[in-house]
Amino acid sequence: MSDKALEIKGLKTYFNTPSGVAKAVDGVSFSINRGETFALVGESGCGKSVTSLSVIQLVPEPAGFIADGEILLNGEDIISMKEADKRRIRGNKISMIFQEPMTSLNPVFTIGSQIVEPIMLHQGKTKAEAREIAIGMLAKVGLPEPGKLFSVYPHTLSGGMMQRVMIAIALACRPDLLIADEPTTALDVTIEAQILELMKELQRELGTAIMLITHNMALVYRNAEHVAVMYAGKIVETASTKTLFRNPLHPYTIQLLRAIPEMGNRDRPLETIPGSVPPATDFPDGCRFSGRCSREMAGCAAREPRPILKADGHLVSCHLYDPEFISTQASRPLHTEGKAPEPISTPPMERSPLLDVKGLKKHYPIRKGLFKRIVGYNKAVNGIDLEIRRGSTLALVGESGSGKTTAGKAIIQLIRPTTGTVRFSGNILTDLSDTELKPYKSNTQIIFQNPYSSLNPRMMIGEIIEEGIRSLKPEIPVRERKQKVRETIERVGLTEEMLRRYPHEFSGGQRQRIGIARVLAVEPEFIVCDEAVSALDVSVQAQILNLLKSIQRDFGISYLFITHDLGVVEYIADEVAVMYGGKIVERGTVEEIFKTPKHEYTKTLLNAVPRIEKGEKEYDGESAR
Amino acid sequence: MPVILATDIIMFLLTVIFVFLALRVRSEGYLKDAWRQIKMNKLAMISLAILILYGAVALADSIRWRDPVLNDNGEAAIADNGSTIYSAEALTLLDRAFSGMRLSTEKTFSAPFAERQFVKENIEVADGTNRRDYPELKYPGAHILGTGKVGNDVFFSAMKGVRTGIIIGAGTTIISIPFAIFFGVLAGFYGGIVDDIIQYVYTTLSSIPDVLLIVAFMLLFGQSGYQGGLVNEADTILNFFVLNDRLFWLCFIMGITSWTGLCRLLRGETLKLREMEYIQAANAFGVSKSTMMLRHIVPNVTHLVLITMVLQFSGLVLAEAVLSYIGVGVGAETGSWGNMINTARMELSREPVVWWNLLAAFVFMFTLVLPANIFGDAVRDALDPRLRTK
Amino acid sequence: MLTYIIRRLLYAVPILIGVNLITTLLFFYVNTPDDMAHQILGEKGITEEAVEAWKRDHGYDLPLFVNSGEAGLSKVTQTVFAQKSIPLIWLDFGRSDRKNIDIGSQIKRRMWPSLAIALPTFLVAICVNMIFAMLLAYLRGTYLDIWGVVLCVAFMSVSSLFFIIGGQYVLGKILRLFPISGYDTGIYSIKFIILPVIIGIIASIGGGARFYRIVFLEEINKDYIRTARAKGLSEGTVLFKHGLKNAMIPILTNVVVSLPFLFYGSLIMEAFFAIPGLGSFTIDAIHAQDFAIVRAMVYLGSILYITGLILTDISYTLVDPRIRLG
Repeated sequence: MSDKALEIKGLKTYFNTPSGVAKAVDGVSFSINRGETFALVGESGCGKSVTSLSVIQLVPEPAGFIADGEILLNGEDIISMKEADKRRIRGNKISMIFQEPMTSLNPVFTIGSQIVEPIMLHQGKTKAEAREIAIGMLAKVGLPEPGKLFSVYPHTLSGGMMQRVMIAIALACRPDLLIADEPTTALDVTIEAQILELMKELQRELGTAIMLITHNMALVYRNAEHVAVMYAGKIVETASTKTLFRNPLHPYTIQLLRAIPEMGNRDRPLETIPGSVPPATDFPDGCRFSGRCSREMAGCAAREPRPILKADGHLVSCHLYDPEFISTQASRPLHTEGKAPEPISTPPMERSPLLDVKGLKKHYPIRKGLFKRIVGYNKAVNGIDLEIRRGSTLALVGESGSGKTTAGKAIIQLIRPTTGTVRFSGNILTDLSDTELKPYKSNTQIIFQNPYSSLNPRMMIGEIIEEGIRSLKPEIPVRERKQKVRETIERVGLTEEMLRRYPHEFSGGQRQRIGIARVLAVEPEFIVCDEAVSALDVSVQAQILNLLKSIQRDFGISYLFITHDLGVVEYIADEVAVMYGGKIVERGTVEEIFKTPKHEYTKTLLNAVPRIEKGEKEYDGESAR
Repeated sequence: MPVILATDIIMFLLTVIFVFLALRVRSEGYLKDAWRQIKMNKLAMISLAILILYGAVALADSIRWRDPVLNDNGEAAIADNGSTIYSAEALTLLDRAFSGMRLSTEKTFSAPFAERQFVKENIEVADGTNRRDYPELKYPGAHILGTGKVGNDVFFSAMKGVRTGIIIGAGTTIISIPFAIFFGVLAGFYGGIVDDIIQYVYTTLSSIPDVLLIVAFMLLFGQSGYQGGLVNEADTILNFFVLNDRLFWLCFIMGITSWTGLCRLLRGETLKLREMEYIQAANAFGVSKSTMMLRHIVPNVTHLVLITMVLQFSGLVLAEAVLSYIGVGVGAETGSWGNMINTARMELSREPVVWWNLLAAFVFMFTLVLPANIFGDAVRDALDPRLRTK
Repeated sequence: MLTYIIRRLLYAVPILIGVNLITTLLFFYVNTPDDMAHQILGEKGITEEAVEAWKRDHGYDLPLFVNSGEAGLSKVTQTVFAQKSIPLIWLDFGRSDRKNIDIGSQIKRRMWPSLAIALPTFLVAICVNMIFAMLLAYLRGTYLDIWGVVLCVAFMSVSSLFFIIGGQYVLGKILRLFPISGYDTGIYSIKFIILPVIIGIIASIGGGARFYRIVFLEEINKDYIRTARAKGLSEGTVLFKHGLKNAMIPILTNVVVSLPFLFYGSLIMEAFFAIPGLGSFTIDAIHAQDFAIVRAMVYLGSILYITGLILTDISYTLVDPRIRLG
C-alpha cells in the first residue's frame, strides 16, 4: 500500500446551468497522505465544496457531472466504479461531515439509530453489536451519558454536540479519509476549538486522513499539515503549511493573508482584492486571477499559467515564477508597484461620552399552561452598562445567544428595553415615547449582518437610500434629497447609475455598501454594526472594514461593533466589552483585553481563536522572485 | 344602449390587470426576471397563447349593448314619452360576430357535420303522404359540434361558456384578493389582538363547509336578479348597470369562501417578513407602520398573490361545473359548461347516444384548464424558487 | 398535551358560536321565517293563521336575537338563535322543516354508507398517490418523471364530473362490470361501492400524486438526505426511510384534517351513485330547500373541521419529535 490515502489527478466537475456550463472544478490535482490533515482553502465560490462532493461521489445529479480526471482511494480509481461499489466506500472508507450540524442530522430519527446505520451496513454487525459500538463512539467524541443519548432526538442537542454526533457517525467505520466541509463555521469560536481538538485526537487514534475545507486561513495554519489554495476552480498554490505561511508565492494567497484584519495592521487600511470571485460559468481566460491581481502582467490574461515546482514540494501556478514567461515581453507589469495606501490617522479619543447605557435589561416572558400564564423570563440582556465616546469604536463580543444583538438593538431603541437608561448626548432615549423618539432616529442607526435580507428586493437602490431622509428629514426638498442620495452612493464607492437598479443585481459586498449608504444618508452620529462584515469573504470584508474606518475618520461617527470575530475587533475597536449570558463580564481598551484578559471567559475566548503567529508571517512574495 | 353587468366590470378589471402585468414585465424588476424564465418554457408560452384566446372570447362576450326596436318603417321605434325603445336583448360583441352560428338553429338534435336530423320525424312527401324519416337540416354540415335538444349550435353554446369559466376562475380570486391582502398583512404585521380577531374570523369561516355556504347564499340571493338571457328593466340601475347578477353573486360567495386560504398564507409570509432586516432598517428610520406595510410588505407578497391566482383558476373553473350540477351555479340561461354537462348526462342514456354536448363541454373545459395548470406551474416556478416543482 | 387539547376545545366554543351566528343571520335574517313558511306551504291560498301555526310548530315564532318581551336572562334565551343553538351542544339537531323528521337519527343512519364509500377511497387513494409520487421522485429528472407529471396535470384538468359520467358509462353501462348506481345493506353493498371508489381514486390521482411528489422532492434536497447518502445507504433506503418519515409531516396536515369528513360524504359522488349517505341527504335538502337540515349539516361540518385540526396537531407529535404541544 502506498502512503497516499487519496490522490486526485486532473479532476473536472462541471454543472449544466441555464447560463451555460459551470466549470466549478476545472483540473484539480493533489494528494493526501495517510493520517495527515490536508486543507483546501479559498473564498466561497472557488469550488472547494464541489471538490469534496466529487471525492465522495455525491455531486448533485443530473446537473452536475464529473467530466474528467481520476480519484484514487488507496490507489484504486473510484470514478469508474459501479454505484453499488461506490456505496460500499461511502461512510466506510470515506466519510464526510458538513457545515450545518443542525440540519445534517435527520430530525425524526434518534441519534442512536443514525449512528448504528453505517455500522450495520458496512461492518455487518447485528443491531446489538452496532449499538455497543455506537455508544462507544458517542463516548469517544466526548458526549456525556452516551447510553442515554443513544435514544434521544437531535433537536435536544446544541450545535456543538450535534457536530460531535456527526463526527461519531463519520468515524464509526474507521474510514481512511474524513472530509470536513467547513465543520466549524456555524459554531462559536470556543466550540470550534473543541471540535478541532477532538478531530485531531481521533485522527491520532484512528490514523484517518482529514481533508479540511475552510475559508479561514488561521484555521489552516493551526490544524493542517498540507494546504492547497483554490481559486476559481483551480488550485493556485499547494505546499506544506509551514512553507506556505512562511513563504506564500501566489499573489492570491498573499493578498488573502494581507486582508486578514488583526492588531498589527490597525493603523493602516487593509489590503483588499478588487472585485469578487467571478461566477463559475464565466471564468476569465488565461490566468483566472487576472483582473483582480495586484501583480498582473500584460500577458497574464492570455495564457494559462502552468504549475511551477519550487523548493520543498511547493507548487505554484503563476506566471511570476515561470522563468520562460518572465523572459518574454508579456511580463510587463500592468500595475505600478508599491503605491503605499494612505495612512488613516487614529480617531481622536475625545473624552466626551456620546452614549451612556446604565442597567439595560431586556427580558422576554416565557408563557406556559392552559391560559398561557407567564412562568418566567428569558433574560436576553440582563443589566449592562456601557459608554461610547465620540468618534470611537466599542466592540461588543460574545458567543451566539449571549445577547449582544439584542443589546445593540435595545440601545438604539429598535427594541424597547425592559428597564435601564440610554443617555444619548444628554437626552434619555429610554424615557421618550415613540413619537418623541423620532428626531433621534437619524442620530442612531444600524447596519445589519445579512447583505441579502437587509435590502428590500422590490425597491430600487435609489429608493432604499432615500427612504431614511424621506422619513426622518421630510423638510429637505426633493431636489436636495436626490442630490444627497447621489453623494452618498459615491461616497461608499458605487456609481450613480446603480441607483435605478434592484438589489439582486449586486454582490454581497456591494449590498453591504448600499446598506452603509442608506445609513450614511441620514448623517448619524452613532451606528450599531451588527455583525456587519461576518457574512463576507475575507477580501470583501477587508473592503468594507476600510470603508467603515474611512467614514469614521471623515464624519467622526461612533460605532458599536457587534461581532464574534476577534480579528475584526483587534483591527477596528478602540474599546472592547465582552458579553456572556446577558451580562458584560469584562470591559477595557483593546490592548487591555487582548494582552491582559482578567475574566475566565475572556481568556477561554482568546485562547480559542486560531491565529497565524507573528514572525513567521513574512510573506511579501518578493524573496521568491 | 350599452348594458354593463357587474361581472362585465370584473372582466374589464381582469383585462386592465392583464395589460398592467404585460407592461410591467417589460420594465426592470422581479417580474421581468420571472417573465424571462417563463418565456424559455415553450409549453407555458403555448398555454399562455391559448389562455389569451379564451380571454379575448370572454372579453368580447362582455361588451354588450341593446339595439333599438325598429318599427315597420325600419326606423327606431319611439315610445309615447319620446324615448327610444330598446330591445330587451343585450347582444354582446361575440353574439354579433358569430350571429350566423347563433341564429342557424335547427329543430332539435343533430350530430356534428350531419346533413340530416338525428331524430326521425313525419315528413310530408310530395304526393301528400307522410313518411317517418330523418329530415334534412336547414344548415346541413354547418354545425361542427352538432346541435342540442332545442336545435342550438353546440359549438356556439360551448363558446358562450367561456366567459362564465373565465369569470368564475379569475373573477373570484379578484374579489377575494383585497380581503386576503388586507386581513392577512394586518394580522401578520400587528400580531396580538388584531391577529387573534382575524384568525378567529377566518377559522370560523373556513370551518363552514364551502359548498353549503355557497348553496345557502345562492339559494337566498341568486334566485332573483339577472340570470342571463334577457335584461329586465327592473334590475338595471341608471338604465344600463346590472348589479343583481347571479354570476356575480356566485363569484362573490366563492370569493368569500376562498379568501381564507390566501389570507393564512399571507399572514404567515408577513410574520416572516416582519423579522427581515430591511423591515428593521425601516423601523430604525422611523418609517410609519402604514408605509412599512405598503412599501415593504405588500410588494414582497404580491408574488404569492399572483401564484395563488393562477393556481386557483383551474380549481374554480372545475368547481363551477359541480355547483351548476347541484343547481346553485349560474342561471339556466347563462352559457356554462356545468349546465351543458348536466343536460348531457341525460342525453347519454338516450338510444342511440347523444354524445356531442358532453364532448363539447369536455373539450372546451380541458383546453382551458390544462393550459391554465401548465401556465400556473410555470408562473409559480418563476416567482417562487422555493416551491419549484422540477 | 392534555392542556393543549383542553385549550383547543375551549377555543372551539367561540368558533361554533360564530358559525351559528352566521347561519342564523343567513337563514333567518335574510330569509325570514315568514318567507320560509310561504315557500313550504305554497304561495297561493295561504292564510296568515297557517303561516303562524307553521312557525309555532317549528319554533320560528320567537324574535331572532333579543326578546324584548321577556325579562332577565330570558331576553336572550327565548329567541330563535338560542333555542336553535343550545340543543346543538348535545348534538340535538332538531326536526326538519319539510317532512318533520328527526335530523339527528337520519345523520346517525346515513353516515355509515357515506363512510363505506369515503374511507376506502381515501385510504387507497393515499397509498396509490404516494407510491406513484415516490416512483416519480425516484425517477426525478428522467423522461418517465416528466411524462408522469404531464399525466398528473392532464388528470387534474379533467372535471370530476367527467370521471363519474365516463366511469359509469364505460364500466357500468358498456362493460357491465358494476351496477351503475344504488345501494344495499350489509355485505351486499360491496358491489355498489366498488365503482364509486375506483372513480374517486382516479379523480384524485392527478392532484394527489403531484402534490406528494413536490413534498418528496423538497425533502430530497435537505441536508440530512445528503448525510444519509454520505453514509453509503442505497437510494431506496435514503428515499423510503429518511425521506418518507420527514415527508409525512407536511402530508399529514393535508390528510388528517379531512379525516373526520369521511363521515360527511361527498355530495357529487353520492348523488350520482344514489348512495343513501349524508351527501345525498344534504343534496336532497338543498333541492327541497329544507334549511333546518342544511343548518344541521353546516354545524356538523364545523365540528368535524375543528376535530380535524386538533387531530392534525396531535398527529404531528407522533411523527415529529421536535413538536411538543402545550
